[in-house]
Amino acid sequence: MTLFDDYLLLLLAVVTALGAVFVRDLFSGVLTLAAYSFFLALLWAGLGAVDVAFTEAVVGAGLSTLFFLVALYLTSHQEEVRKQLPVRIMALGGLGILGFLLLFGSVDLPVVGDPKSLPSKHVSSHYLRKSLEETDTPNVVTAVLADYRGFDTLGETTVIFTAGIACWMLLRRRDDSAT
Amino acid sequence: MIQPLDSVIVHTLTRVITPVIQLFALYVLIHGHDSPGGGFQAGTLFAASVILPIIAFGIQGSLSVLERRAIILGGIGILLFAGIGLLPLILGGEFLNYGKLPIPGMEASARRHWGILGIEIGVTITVAATAVSIYYSLRERGEGEEK
Repeated sequence: MTLFDDYLLLLLAVVTALGAVFVRDLFSGVLTLAAYSFFLALLWAGLGAVDVAFTEAVVGAGLSTLFFLVALYLTSHQEEVRKQLPVRIMALGGLGILGFLLLFGSVDLPVVGDPKSLPSKHVSSHYLRKSLEETDTPNVVTAVLADYRGFDTLGETTVIFTAGIACWMLLRRRDDSAT
Repeated sequence: MIQPLDSVIVHTLTRVITPVIQLFALYVLIHGHDSPGGGFQAGTLFAASVILPIIAFGIQGSLSVLERRAIILGGIGILLFAGIGLLPLILGGEFLNYGKLPIPGMEASARRHWGILGIEIGVTITVAATAVSIYYSLRERGEGEEK
């Protein structure tokens, strides 16, 4: 994948993200958001983060779109427009400052794949060299996620489960609660 | 109320594609060691294979008992994960140190290999159960509103 393709995908991701914000019909907004996730997944794949791309495609473009769609049946299809100018100006200013700070911070990020960058110097070289020997697992990402950083994965799974319990308690039918 | 699709194409495709999704989910889970994928992705795919029939056939196309109680399965997944993590702790290692798992006749690296598969199964169960539970709760709520 060339640099041009990356920029093209990035451009498409930004355009679809803007489209998802500006479109009035919520149904179209949900589908545009799915397209945004899909372009983002392609971008991750282009950067070599295949596991992240897989997750983004499956969860971002697939599952969350499904949740949004079924949630739309509980509400109306049209976005309610509120014309409060001061709030909008404040939001624009705040987001502008946030965007500037993020861009400002990204100047210090290392070049992708730079072996001399700080993240590459710490534990990752050990993982890359020893994970097959120590864990019998050719996919380094799986070895890191499930073994070296297994505690983080346990936490993530617990977070998802907690979200599930919360949704179940909020949304379950009341007549079902007796059983 | 959400109407089930009254289309032969959708119904037939759902019947054909659901086992394929499940097979692919199993592949993603077991092949997580060698190729991209793992518990999260496999769990989402399993959830998709349960949700798809509900979309195509309506809420009658579900097993209803399984989906309504799916959140319990999510707890079982976490218990499996934490249980595999606790076993080495009891046997004198660290929490989640799969090298100390009591599997006889194996080197530490092979034990880690199977430990990773074990916790990935736990993650798969939790993610699939949670996704199905959220979708089913929303859907049931949508059906209930009309009454």
